Formats: sequence, C-alpha cells, structure tokens
Amino acid sequence: MTAVEEVPLSAAGNPIGFGSMRRVEDARFVRGQGNYVDDVNLPGMLHSAILRSPHAHARIVSIDASAAEALPGVVAVITGKILEGIPRPSLLGDNFAWMPTLSYDTQAVLATDKVRFQGQEVAYVIAESRYIAKDALELIDVEYEILEPVMDAKRALDAGAPIIRDDKGQTDNSITDVHGNKTWESGNAESTAAAIAAAKADPNCVVVTQEIMYPRVHPAPMETCGSVSYLDKVTGQLTMYTTTQAPHAHRTVYAMVAGLPEQKIRIISPDIGGGFGNKVPVYPGYVLSVIGTIVTGKPVKWMEDRNENLVSTGFARDYHMTASIAATKEGKILAVDVDVLADHGAFNGVAQPTNYPAGFFNIFSGSYDYPDAHCKVTPVYTNKAPGGVAYACSFRITEAAYVIERVVDCLAQELQMDPADLRLKNLLRPEQFPYMSPTGWEYDSGEYEKTMRVAMDIAGYDELRREQAEKRAKGEYMGIGISFFTEGVGAGPRRDMDILGLGMADGIELRVHPTGKAQLRLSVQSQGQGHETTFAQIVAHELGIPPEDIEVLHGDTDNTPFGLGTYGSRSTPVSGAAASVVARKVRDRARIVAAAALECAPDDLDWELGRWYVKGDRERGKTIAEIALLSHSSLELPEGVEGHLDATAVYNPPNLTYPYGCYICVVDVDPGTGQVKIRRFIAVDDCGTRINPMIVEGQVHGGLADGVGMALMELIAFDTDGNNLGGSFMDYLLPTAVECPDWELGETVTPSPHHPIGAKGVGESATVGSPAAVVNAVIDALSPFGVRHADMPLTPANVWRAIQGNAIRVDMAVE
Amino acid sequence: MEVTITINGTPVTSEIEPRTLLVHFVRENAGLRGTHWGCDTSNCGTCVLWVDGSPVKSCTMLAAQADGHEVTTVEGLEQGGVLDPIQQGFIECHGLQCGFCTPGMMMTGRWLLDNNPNPSEAEIRDCISGQICRCTGYKNIVASIQWAAEHPATSEVTA
Amino acid sequence: MQTPAPVDYARATSVADAIALLEKHGEEARLLAGGHSLLPMMKLRLARPEILIDLNDLDELRGIRIEGDEIVVGAMVTHAEILDSPVLAEHYAIFREAEKVIADPIVRNKGTIGGSMCQADPSEDLSAVGSALKGSVVIQGSGGKRTLALREFHEGPYETKVGDAEILTEVRFPIRPGAGSAYEKVERRVGDWPVASVGVFVVVAGGVVTDCGIGLTAVGAEHFCAPDAEAYLIGKAPTEENLAAAAQLAADACTPYADQRGPVDYKLHLACELTLRALRKAAASSQGA
Repeated sequence: MTAVEEVPLSAAGNPIGFGSMRRVEDARFVRGQGNYVDDVNLPGMLHSAILRSPHAHARIVSIDASAAEALPGVVAVITGKILEGIPRPSLLGDNFAWMPTLSYDTQAVLATDKVRFQGQEVAYVIAESRYIAKDALELIDVEYEILEPVMDAKRALDAGAPIIRDDKGQTDNSITDVHGNKTWESGNAESTAAAIAAAKADPNCVVVTQEIMYPRVHPAPMETCGSVSYLDKVTGQLTMYTTTQAPHAHRTVYAMVAGLPEQKIRIISPDIGGGFGNKVPVYPGYVLSVIGTIVTGKPVKWMEDRNENLVSTGFARDYHMTASIAATKEGKILAVDVDVLADHGAFNGVAQPTNYPAGFFNIFSGSYDYPDAHCKVTPVYTNKAPGGVAYACSFRITEAAYVIERVVDCLAQELQMDPADLRLKNLLRPEQFPYMSPTGWEYDSGEYEKTMRVAMDIAGYDELRREQAEKRAKGEYMGIGISFFTEGVGAGPRRDMDILGLGMADGIELRVHPTGKAQLRLSVQSQGQGHETTFAQIVAHELGIPPEDIEVLHGDTDNTPFGLGTYGSRSTPVSGAAASVVARKVRDRARIVAAAALECAPDDLDWELGRWYVKGDRERGKTIAEIALLSHSSLELPEGVEGHLDATAVYNPPNLTYPYGCYICVVDVDPGTGQVKIRRFIAVDDCGTRINPMIVEGQVHGGLADGVGMALMELIAFDTDGNNLGGSFMDYLLPTAVECPDWELGETVTPSPHHPIGAKGVGESATVGSPAAVVNAVIDALSPFGVRHADMPLTPANVWRAIQGNAIRVDMAVE
Repeated sequence: MEVTITINGTPVTSEIEPRTLLVHFVRENAGLRGTHWGCDTSNCGTCVLWVDGSPVKSCTMLAAQADGHEVTTVEGLEQGGVLDPIQQGFIECHGLQCGFCTPGMMMTGRWLLDNNPNPSEAEIRDCISGQICRCTGYKNIVASIQWAAEHPATSEVTA
Repeated sequence: MQTPAPVDYARATSVADAIALLEKHGEEARLLAGGHSLLPMMKLRLARPEILIDLNDLDELRGIRIEGDEIVVGAMVTHAEILDSPVLAEHYAIFREAEKVIADPIVRNKGTIGGSMCQADPSEDLSAVGSALKGSVVIQGSGGKRTLALREFHEGPYETKVGDAEILTEVRFPIRPGAGSAYEKVERRVGDWPVASVGVFVVVAGGVVTDCGIGLTAVGAEHFCAPDAEAYLIGKAPTEENLAAAAQLAADACTPYADQRGPVDYKLHLACELTLRALRKAAASSQGA
C-alpha cells in the first residue's frame, strides 16, 4: 500500500510516485513571480478601505460622510443605511446590511444599529487610490453613544450584563445553535459523573481538577485578506480574485448572499500567502468589494492592513476549560470530564462542519484507553471579533488535545509519576483499532506506543531526566514536556459534515492528453502546501506518468470541479483520495483500450507502473502514453467505451483519518527573569503514507513554530474598555528563527486502512500537538516551585508570576 | 515630486506624492510585485529589499528617500537566466511554502552571505530574526541559506 | 496597507540647511533620520507633520570618533554601526550588548542613535545606555551649539529639550579607563521592546567602586537612571551584598506601569534582578575577569 521504497525516477530525476522531490511551485516564488491578490491590477481598478469602530460596544447615532464624499478622488462612500436600502433577492435576508455566518447566525456587513466589537465595519470608501481611500476614512464623522461592553466571558451570562445581540431580540448573551441548544454536550454525562464520584470516594483513586484556558490567538498569515471584484454589467459575470481557502464554497455563499446567479460567478484564488483557517470565512470586506463593483461598475480592490486583519478577521480558540480527570493511584485513567466556556465574540461565525457545534472538540478523550468521558460547552457572545475555528485547529482539536495533555500532566504531578510512564500505561493498544472513543469517534489506526518509544529514543528521555535531576540539585531549572495527540482530519463524510448544507465531498478531474501528459484539476486550494507537486505525485504513483508531465490546476472555479476547499488538513485525506480514485478510473479505462489494441481481453492484462502488459508475456504491452494516443485514435473500442483517457470523480470519505504523534520539548527556564529557552523539540508524527516526505516535514516544522508561538507569546487580550491589545505585530508577537529550535523529527507509518493510498493528512498535526509539549515542559521545570499550571502564553512575566504562585489571567489586560 | 530610482540596474522615473512608501513605488510604479508587504510596522520583513546594497524594510521608507539611490529586489537576484545560489538553496531545501516571506528572506540571506560567507546557524537565525515566516518554522530557511553558503555565487548581485 | 497622510519632503544639504528648513516650516516640520519610529506613527496617522526634512545626506552627522577623553557618535550613526564599532567595543562592552538586542538586523541598518534619542520612547534601550554612561548630547540651532547631559535631556515620555528649530548632532560618551560595562535586557521575544533593561558601568580600583553609572529603561526611572544606587556603591567593595543592595536601590527609583509586557511587581523585580546581574558582570570585567 505504501510502496515508498523502490520508486523509479523520471528523466527529470523526480520520483514517479512517492518520495521527496523539489516543488513545482518554487520556480515562480523564488523569482518573485508569485501572483497574490494584491498583485492583481485590473484596468480602471478602484481601491477601497473600511472605516472600523474604535469602540467595542456603542450605538451609532449618526454617520456624516459628506466631507469624505467631497474629497477629490473619492468615488463612493457606503454605509450600513445605504446597504439596508439595497434589496437582496435571496433567501438569506432581505437587504445587504446583514449576511449569514457559516454557523447560521447573522453578521453585520456594515453596522447599522450598533457596533459590537472594536474593529467592526462601519463604512466603506471607494476611491481612485488606496492612499485617498485611507485619507477619506478620517473625514467620516461617526457619532457613537458608548455602551458598556462585555469583555470578560466569565461575566457574559451574569444577570444584568449588557445585551449584545439585541438585534435578534436576545435577553441574555447566550448563543443558541441551529438545533435550539444553548449548551453543547457530548459523551456520557451520567457514567462520567458516576466514575468521578466513585473515584473521589475511593482511597485508591484520585481526581484532579484544573482550570485551563486556551486563550484567543490569531492565524495571522503573512498575506492579509483581500479581494479584487469585477462585475461586468454587460455579461453579468462577477469575477473575484480573492484570498480564500475554499473558492467553490465561497462562490456558492456569494450566490446566496448577493442573490447573483451562481453560473455567473467566477472565484479566482491565485497564490495565497498563508491561510491557516484565516481565509475560510466570508468577511464583510469581501462582500463590500462585490458591492463596490456593483455600485461603481469598475473593478474594486480591497486589501486589509495588518491591524484590520488582527482585530476583525477570524481569531482562534478562546476556550475557558475546566477539566477533571479520575484515575487509580497506579495511574490508570478512569474518566475525564471537561466543562467549557466558549467565547465566540459578537457574532457566531464559527466555520465548522459538524452537527456538534463545538466542532471536533469532543475528541478530547485523546489517545488513551478509558471508558467514560463527557464535555459540556457553553458558548457566549462577547464584544469581541467573531471567529473561533481557525489557525490550523482541526475544528478545535487544538483545544481538545491541549486540555487532555495538560490535565494528564497535572495527574502525573499529583501521582508523582513520570508523565511518560503515565501515558504509556494508558495509550490505546494496536489491537484496539478501529477504536470507538467514549464520545463516538472511530479512530482508524495507530501504533501509539511504538511512536512514543521512537520519540523517547530520539530525545534520549532517560538521560534527559538524569540531567534534569543533576541540574535541579544545582538550582538550575530545565523541563521536559511530552504531548501525545490524536487528530481527526479529512472532513466529511458528507452524511456527517457540511457547511451551510454543502456536504464535504470533493470533486476532481483528470485529463490525459493524447501525448500522455496530464492535467489534474482540483477543488482544494493550496496556501503553501505544495499541491501542484504532491497531487502530481499521487497521479504519478497510480499511472506511472512522470510528475513533471502532470499539470495541477486549482484556484479557479471556472476551471476546476466543485469541492469544499483546504482547511482541517483535508486536502490529502479527501482530494488526495479523489486524485487516487480518478487516476485508477483512468487506469481501468486504459486497460480496456490496451486490450483492444493488443487484441486480448482486459482481464488478460497485468499492470506495472505506467504500463499494461499481457499476463505471462511482459514484452507485449502498452504504456500509458501509448494508450493515451490510442484512446484518441481510430482504434475500435468495445461497445460502451467512449474513448479518450479523461475521468472525473467525487470522493466522499468513509471516515476521518486519524494522524497522531508524540512530541517532546526540552526547555531551560531562568527563574530570576522567567525567560524560557526552548533547547530541543522532538516531533514524531504518524500521518500514514508520506507522499512527499520533504513537504510533510515542512508542514510539521511550521506547526511546531505555531506551538512555540502560542505557548510563549501569541495572544489577543482585551482591556475592560474593549480595546484589542494585539492589534499589530508589535503587540501580537510571532515566533522568529531565534525562538525556534532546530526541530528533530522522526516518523512511524501506520497507513489509514480506508484511504486509497493510506495517507492521513498532516497540515495541522504539529499546531495541534505542540503547544502542550511546550507548556508541559515549562511547568515541569517549575514543578519544584509547586507550580501545577499556568495559562499560555508563558511570557517571562507569566512564568515569574507562576513561580510566585500568582499566574497572570491572560485573556484580560495585565494588571 | 519626481523621483528616479535605479531598480535592478534600470532607472525608474515617476511623478509621485512625497508620502509614497518605497514598497508601494517598487510594486506599483516599477511594477515589480515580488516585494511584498505584511505588517505596516516594520516587524515582519516581507518587504525587505536592498537600498545601496543594504537590506531595509521598504514599508518604512519613503520612495523620496531612495531618489537617486540604487534599489535591488528579488527580481534582481537571477542573473543571465541563472538563479542565484540563495534562490536555488530555497528550492533545494524546501525553504518556502506559501512564498510570501520568501523574497525578503532571500534578500537578507544573500546580504548575510556577502558579508559573512560561512555564517553559523546562530548567525543565520539572528540575521533573519526581524522577518516572520508562518509556514516553515525556519529550519529549512536556515538550511537554504547554508546551502547557498556551500554553493557560492559566481556572479555579483548588483543594482 | 497603512499609508501616511499627505506630507512634503525636503532633503537637507547641510546641518545649517536643515536648521533653516526647520525655522521656515516651524513646528509642523519633522526631521527624518532612520524613520523607523516616525513613519509607523505617520502611517497610523498619529503623527502628521506637514514636511519631512531628510537628514540622510548629511555626512557631517555620521561617524564615530575619539575627541580628547570622549567618544563622539554622530547623530546619524545607525544601530548597526554602533554594534560593529571597534572603537565603542574597545571602551564599553555595553554598546554591543545593548545593540545586539535592539530591534533586528534590518531595522538596525536604518535606525539611528539621534533618532532613538529624540524619539525619547520611555522604553528606548539607548536611552538607558546613554544615561548609564552619563553621556551628553550636542544640540545645534541657528544660534549655535549647546551641550546637555543626557540625564537632563528628557522632559518626559517622547519629549526632549531639543527645540523646534534645533537638531541633535552628536552623542558623546566619556572614556573611563578600567571601566567594565554590561547590558541586561528581558524581552518577550527577540526584537521586542524591553520588559525591562538595565545598563551599567563600574570602575573598580583598589578593591572599591570608584565610579559607576546605572541606566534603566521601560521601568519608569526618572531620566533613565538610579543616582541613589550609584552613590551607594561609591567607595564600597563590589561584593554580592553591596551589589544587591544597590540593585534594590535602583529598583526603588522605578515607577513602572503594568502593560502586556508585565505587571508592576514583575517589572520592579526585573529592575532589581537585571541591575544586579549587570553590576556583577561589569564589576568583574573592571577587575579584569
């Protein structure tokens, strides 16, 4: 199934199949010839800018845009009032001032009644240059009546708290999902409560309860969000160049939102400068650029600046979690219960596909074998930007993996057990797969202990513990942190997963041209993952066509089949499978053509890479290139066989795939200053078959840096007045090459049993798994001070305060 | 005001507002879109190019300041159809994913090697510490610059 | 992309020309050195001068040289030049130690010492260095030059004694044979502004401290210095106990405020801890360690 070994090389030196090879896309990027949205300049194009609210919660008394409109070079100023006056012929509301979110809530395109978070869109200026557009923003006079904001999620449901969503007639700040629920439970509440109560009563058992916050962070791709929209009034064609991870889904949403005919909408997603989930939702800015071209009849570009990106587009996490874990004193885990307060911001804009509105959070039971688990998530509105599912989170498996890996370490500390031993004692065993988790997930495959042993060997775990003991004796504080995570990636199946009713199956199209060269058309959208390389390798693996002879096309809805896009690590599990399936369809067709040419029955042929040949007579055969030409020739084909070697497929995955891994982090902490230095980081991932190991490792490296960032520095906090304290890269700190160590990677390969090539998807594994390893390492270093937990980010101040027994509350301004 | 900036050896003359940022001039007036911008506050380094041979963050410099000076951008790295070793290194070592930070990283990397042909890993990490990459975790960027150090350029990058 | 408001631009051809331009345009003019503080402020539209007077052509403001018993650093000398200067390194380790942790290598190519001093950010690292070394600045206007001690230079956060039509042209540091110096900074991440920084010099002779300077930044120390701590050390042996007592006095001179870099108690702790660490290093260095 994996066949990574003995892959033949093409004339260009590339593996005809799986193996590391240079990326096709690099040729343009290293020359500065990438084509990002801000590189798109259309004739007559106008620029635009959005006026944003300086207040977190305020009533709009009046907006006077006359001075802005009078500024030379300004073409139009649009306010919410104007949008209210534009009727929208669609089922999703009757005017343009509001739009649906991906979680069946509504969100203001431009505020009409109130602003509900700092940075919310208030007015839209279209002008001849971006400089003039920004100048005009300063000339718009908005009178606000400032209202008390709800900034502390823990107070959002208090009696008397200001009501944020009065537009919906709400009487409190609770969020009601599409099923009518205000809390989201999963697992077995009764059995879990009983197990925990029994453990509390049993002197041979312990129960550890810990409050653990996963603070608000932001994906912050290097390229901000933006779009260039052009409605050709003669043809009615809307063309949109836009930063989207899901071009087809966006096309359908624009059809629904704008009431435009879907066949007239073309979404082009050129090169994308990183996404990480930030470019999944439909933002007011995108919609405004469409309105802008409708109003002006000209192409309109909208590009966020960095502040706008950080304060208004999809944040991630913001989960206040309380976890209880019950275990025997020998370290056998019995049950885990997690209670979550989920801060969704002012609009419920979570982009997640399951019936369970907390996404995949209920996979929190993790990699361990125990019968009882339960979680309850209570979502609330606050006066903060909307979002929640983003930043390589696998629909909230980041939060799930973090809470279980953190609380397992708390348990180890309570039991005075080595955290590695505790994990080894509880990891799922290979014979338990496929494994049905206590919250209903069917893990497909895994050899967890083997992977953990590989990680411990690379780390030299026992030696590290010896070194730690020696250092402690000298008053030096090093820490070793372990994280073992299980991911679930590759949404759907379509029966279980959809976004706004769009089931999560991916289309694909393969055309093999008469000369044997091929084009593969994808629905998924690379933001740096290297699809143009890896998808060619999948087809090469199936058909024997050299990867350099396969052109991979994506990012243009007019030229690719429908699919839900790239996020949740779903490209390889879903579209990768589709590529394999469609290539196999071509291979089957090729067999019939070859049989006709060789005057035998298809069943008389055997396959070897790139070629069908007559069983028992290897010399008599036809290569794919020969068959391609034959398929276009006058060769008579059997009845019902259409000719040509093109095929399409739609892949509906039978289950998620379950990549997993074991990470070990080694830190040195200076207790005098609270500074943390990451000395080593070992990451052993099992993502099944590796199509291009070089790219897989690159994906892991990037996610590990995310983990370092979140664990040590990244944070969007707010003060009580509602000011966003992470609105620039001076304040929202991202890790640099200096904080990141020289990653040490290892691998095990447990192929997914249900994926055509056994691959599992790896784009988010490291982001999911690494934060807990870093935090566990820091807390391990601090354990001689009696520290059991401190929330991310573990800034020097926070670490020092934790040592003093007074860790900082991270989601609010430091006091 | 009228400015003339020599970009990759070619003088570009334009009438501009004095407030025009250098990154904007290079992208819009000279049409060289390989230089990106990412943060507005000189923290991310996607806009790094050379002015008179030294890397600067071009979002934090006015085009007017570069009037009469020489600017080198990513488009100036390739000479005579041959990639600069720094470009080749990024390809060989998978030093890029989305490609957005890459031009700035390469401009800094090549400058480092011009001044320090055999930098240590720590020196490389320090040199790119004012530049953010969200994709690679930096390991392969470091390796790419090391690759370039091991395969020295045969031609000089000149403005 | 953020963009500045409309502004005019002029390149000064000499210091005298720059002063003349300043006099002509009044308080709406701003000098443009490295631009790495001013331009971001202009892009945020927090600063909107009517004209920028670019000093980058003024070679008379460049160069690091010895004049008598002082090191003279021209106002347009960049952070990178300070970091690489053998002259500064020969006399004071503090320059290299501080510059290594100021911003990043690319920003250091543009940012200047004059710009840093005149921006007068309450978290500016070079202000702590200048205050520790008891340096001075030369300020020039149409009426001539005046010299001002750096410890009298700041009026408050972002405010200095440089007048509307004046230019800071030089920063001067006294040479102190036998001095050891050090810089200690805690930052949340490389390139960040300090949570707290402390720079010191110490001269140890005959077993006692004969001269010292302590500069602190980001912790609300008036004029970035701690004179009581310095006075305490003079004439005392650089023992751990004495250094620790001085470090505590240095922290006592601070009134930090809480922000996302840390709470007040932590910043006060750092003022003490970093002073102690810097004093240890500098004293050891002065004693030839």
